[in-house]
Amino acid sequence: MNVAVAVYDVEHEALSGVSEAGPAPKRIVVAYGFWIFLLSDIVMFSALFAAYAVLVRSTAGGPNGAELFNQASAALETACLLASSYTCGLMSLAASSRRRVGTYLGAVVTFALGAAFLALEIREFADMIAHGATPQRSAFLSAFFTLVGCHGLHVAVGLIWLTVMMAQVAIKGFRASVQRRLLCFSLFWHALDIIWVGLFTVVYLMGVAP
Amino acid sequence: MNLLGKLNWSAIPFDQPIIMVASALMILAVVVALSWVTRKGYWPYLWREWLTSVDHKRIGVMYCVLALIMLLRGFTDAIMMRSQQALAAGGAQGYLPPEHFDQIFSAHGTIMIFFMAMPFMIGLMNFALPLQLGVRDVAFPTLNQVSLWLTASGILLTNMSLAVGEFAKTGWVAYPPLSELQFSPGVGVDYYLWALQISGIGTLLTGINFVATILKMRAPGMSYMRMPVFCWTALATNLLIVAAFPVLTATFAMLLLDRYLDFHFFTVDGQGNQMMYVNLFWVWGHPEVYILILPAFGIFSEVISTFSGKPLFGYRSMVAATMAICILSFLVWLHHFFTMGAGADVNGFFGVMTMIIAVPTGVKVFNWLFTMWGGRVRFTVPVLWSLGFMVTFVIGGMTGVLMAVPPADFQLHNSLFLVAHFHNVIIGGTVFGAMAGYNYWFPKAFGFKLDERWGKASFWCWLIGFYLAFMPLYVLGLLGMTRRMQHYDDLSWQPWMLVAAVGALVILAGIVCQIVQLVVSIRAREQHRDVTGDPWNGRTLEWSTASPPPAWNFAVLPYVAETDTYWSWKQRVLSNQHQPAQRPEYESIEMPKNSATGFVTAFFAVVTGFALIWHIWWMAGFGVFGAFVTILVFAFRDGEEIEIPATQIAQFDRGHQAEVAL
Repeated sequence: MNVAVAVYDVEHEALSGVSEAGPAPKRIVVAYGFWIFLLSDIVMFSALFAAYAVLVRSTAGGPNGAELFNQASAALETACLLASSYTCGLMSLAASSRRRVGTYLGAVVTFALGAAFLALEIREFADMIAHGATPQRSAFLSAFFTLVGCHGLHVAVGLIWLTVMMAQVAIKGFRASVQRRLLCFSLFWHALDIIWVGLFTVVYLMGVAP
Repeated sequence: MNLLGKLNWSAIPFDQPIIMVASALMILAVVVALSWVTRKGYWPYLWREWLTSVDHKRIGVMYCVLALIMLLRGFTDAIMMRSQQALAAGGAQGYLPPEHFDQIFSAHGTIMIFFMAMPFMIGLMNFALPLQLGVRDVAFPTLNQVSLWLTASGILLTNMSLAVGEFAKTGWVAYPPLSELQFSPGVGVDYYLWALQISGIGTLLTGINFVATILKMRAPGMSYMRMPVFCWTALATNLLIVAAFPVLTATFAMLLLDRYLDFHFFTVDGQGNQMMYVNLFWVWGHPEVYILILPAFGIFSEVISTFSGKPLFGYRSMVAATMAICILSFLVWLHHFFTMGAGADVNGFFGVMTMIIAVPTGVKVFNWLFTMWGGRVRFTVPVLWSLGFMVTFVIGGMTGVLMAVPPADFQLHNSLFLVAHFHNVIIGGTVFGAMAGYNYWFPKAFGFKLDERWGKASFWCWLIGFYLAFMPLYVLGLLGMTRRMQHYDDLSWQPWMLVAAVGALVILAGIVCQIVQLVVSIRAREQHRDVTGDPWNGRTLEWSTASPPPAWNFAVLPYVAETDTYWSWKQRVLSNQHQPAQRPEYESIEMPKNSATGFVTAFFAVVTGFALIWHIWWMAGFGVFGAFVTILVFAFRDGEEIEIPATQIAQFDRGHQAEVAL
């Protein structure tokens, strides 16, 4: 054992032990792998954010953000999504103490709030399209619909996933694999919140600035 | 409603004899292979032991097989390009019409990068990583299988484009506006995009899987600074995959939206921005070249150290250089298009960064040289590839630094000088590395060595052929010849083109030697048999187990107290400091069950991809639904693992010990 590691050992014995402790338990490995997936997903969003930032003034004579965005609706969407993250946390707590009713209740409220978010977003999109602000109108609108729509798609996938997870809880109970997947789901759901915070700032707040 | 979308009989190019013959040969080869398997009754074995296997070693071997087949396919394109350009000088038009020639260079680049170099590297990582880390499998075995089969889906789609429809005529980078619907109305670009989106998902999953494996699944005692260097370079590679591939996915998604739904990301109208595609593409593309080369650096490190009989010189500096390259690779992308006109400041920054990234690479070269210095080097086939690499790669690296100077790049941009440069580093680096790794780990995978004589013949043909084929291209680039020319007027270029064509033929001889090497070695496998599991006097843990390793890799997880662990064990035995081993306590092992998930998912991915390319919407819906159901079935399965009893492990291990003792 070389000197550097030996010093390390003295100061942080537990930490040094972690890197030499052998293969991590499955729960750790799964959550860790899922974190890396989430990071890659955030990198994908960063490319869409970059595209939006490049194209935000390329309106091709069409409407810009200040004319289109309804901040009240966006604020309501934000409230729904943030509240759903809270209820998702309650669901995780219930699931880790193996309380079925609490888990279902948390899931139902989370689902409802997520669905409300999606409904508001779809109404916003439909409104814009009805007023001729389609993604085909300009590069700015292409980038807007793609960035916000990609987040919406993630929320939709999350809702399907949540439904499947509840079926798993019902059929298989709180076995280890189901617990791990519930953990991954809640990580996913909170990550969507983080992306939405960036999205709300960059698109809806900065977008209406003169 | 048209049930088959854009698909009809005119999709098959009956009027193009070259394409029809090539397609017929390809289909014939597939039919012959399938009927041979059927006649021999190998299907149950193939399905049980390979197609549904989640064993990282089997998956690694299958990746390498795919890569070797795609090497042949991509090389056929290369030979066609070389012969066309050798002929089509002055008034001559050669034998390939422009629209076919354009598809060939696009397919060559796409196949060689995505379906040859990457699967080869990922295959070798799959095979060697868990063995070197001293563990039983990767973090997510079934996901690993899905990655493999999604890569295979991309390969299948790309090759289908030969017979049904066309491939992109845009070059392998598919820059808009040429790749937009307005200028490429055919299905070629769609084949390109969907094939790469599908295989890209597979690559991303591999990246996630391996990062989790390396950071969370190491043998007891193996701290980061005790990992073999190949594990370090693999870690850097997979971090790059995780950080870079999502950008490619997003970029291709934008181009797909432009093509399918009339969006305006990169179009000429609607204030789209073409240079944004080029920027985003190379934000992925430059890390990608390090995704290709870093595993090769790792292989050379293992090979040089093993065959010099010395620990790697400057292990810590090698690790630091690897991680430095990993970060710097995200800061050089603009050097692919200095001609964009970003201005002196921006070009100056990226020029300097590009020169800086050559420094850690130089550190590595010196480390390899110092490792050999004073060592007793055994000139085996993997070492020859490594030495060929060191000379060739340094030349390629220096021409790269030349082009990092923006004013020089304005002259050399898109010339054959560039083509010569990147072949110089990719063939001299990645391909040579893949061949070194293939020769190095083959005995571990199959229990017998590859024939040395044919291996050496192959190496020399490749090396000489490479210099003959690409040194003339440097000259032609300086003479002003641009890339991708179907014909040219300047007759003074033709002699150089003829030399390059001869070089391609010499490389062909090298490939033939490799095929012969494989056939000869399989036939004479009893003479080449290695029962010790350690044919090269290796240093790292993969050589401490049997060849081929059992499904569980290690009967008992090894304890690692230093780098080059296996070497230290052997030294201790030789110097009699070794305590007589106690009979190890064998315990039963849980191994993941075989699964058809990857294969079935890939089937639906091909269906979806094909349907989207041809606008067959109902079929695309069916494919997505099928993939979803497959994942559901996987999620609801019971009994994820099988238990291998301790007695079976003990029996195998004692058998292996007895063989080694003989």
